[in-house]
Amino acid sequence: MSVLQVSVYRYNPETDSAPYMQEFQIDTHGRDLMVLNVLELIKEQDSSMAYRRSCREGVCGSDGMNMNGKNGLACITPLSEVVKSNKLVLRPLPGLPVVRDLVVDMGIFYKQYERIQPYLQNDEPAPAIERLQSPEDRDKLDGLYECILCACCSTSCPSFWWNPDKFVGPAGLLQAYRFLADSRDTATRERLSDLEDPFSVFRCRGIMNCVAVCPKGLNPTRAIGKIREMLLANAT
Amino acid sequence: MVTNITNFGRSGLSDWLIQRISAIILALYTLFIVVYLLLNPGLDYATWSGLFAQTWMRIFSLLAFVSMAAHAWIGLWTVTTDYLKHTGIRLAVQTTIILAIFVFLVWGIQVLWGA
Ligand code: SF4
Ligand code: SF4
Ligand code: FES
Repeated sequence: MSVLQVSVYRYNPETDSAPYMQEFQIDTHGRDLMVLNVLELIKEQDSSMAYRRSCREGVCGSDGMNMNGKNGLACITPLSEVVKSNKLVLRPLPGLPVVRDLVVDMGIFYKQYERIQPYLQNDEPAPAIERLQSPEDRDKLDGLYECILCACCSTSCPSFWWNPDKFVGPAGLLQAYRFLADSRDTATRERLSDLEDPFSVFRCRGIMNCVAVCPKGLNPTRAIGKIREMLLANAT
Repeated sequence: MVTNITNFGRSGLSDWLIQRISAIILALYTLFIVVYLLLNPGLDYATWSGLFAQTWMRIFSLLAFVSMAAHAWIGLWTVTTDYLKHTGIRLAVQTTIILAIFVFLVWGIQVLWGA
């Protein structure tokens, strides 16, 4: 039995009045394909099918989607990991406006990323060579800098669904901590005071959906805990 | 920075801290009452009102009431800002909650220091 039953979310705002699910039968020839390969086979059957992809190796972060109820990158998710009783349901990342089919508008996600000022800030005069960092300080950035901004985490977070305009979300907060933890950054106080309101960080309820889905194995909940510790140390 | 004027402590950090401290106080109070009731199976009115006549018990109870008020406000405020998207409805519900909490608090104080 190598014919996979695939159900895909379809929506073209120019022609459809409402989104619908379209069924496809995909012959996998018994191979354990990646979900992205299945989408390519679907596109052979129906060329109007829209999705994003680029690197096909889990590096660019463009093919985040919801596969059988769980967010992940289609290119590095093998069928054996998600398919249950020969069925695969593909939906766009939850909570973001759909542009078309599996393509979502990431605007608000990037806006939250921009808000945390994801760049090094240092008010000391620049040295003749680069700003140095000890190996120990450099180690503190491990598990933070690897994020590829695929949005799998933030779009699986209920707090982000309800308040995407106010809660920074796990991806943005992981990056906020990446700069808070950087020994070369001198804007720590300003960064912290931008985060102490009841929404930006504190809307996190610690349910760890973000950790469960991150395709890079990162832990935003831990970073959020560290930000809280820094806020507390700064204000008590 | 996201601006807010209806949350308890004006800052997410203080709300977060108060929520945790009030939870500990409420847990201790509940534990105390449960243990007290278990240790006094045939509890009569005189013993019960004797317990609440003592100053330390009144302080402990008032602390628990105030904790309850803060805890309820912070928690329910969060729920309303998650789920009630219409500003008018949200504000009305928040006002009702704060009034109810105020009534319960004053009533609680009256019970503690009443006859
Ligand atoms: S933390 Fe993980 S899931 Fe979230 S955006 Fe970064 S790589 Fe994607
Ligand atoms: S731990 Fe926090 S950020 Fe992560 S999914 Fe849960 S609420 Fe969202
Ligand atoms: S296509 Fe680049 S991460 Fe999947």
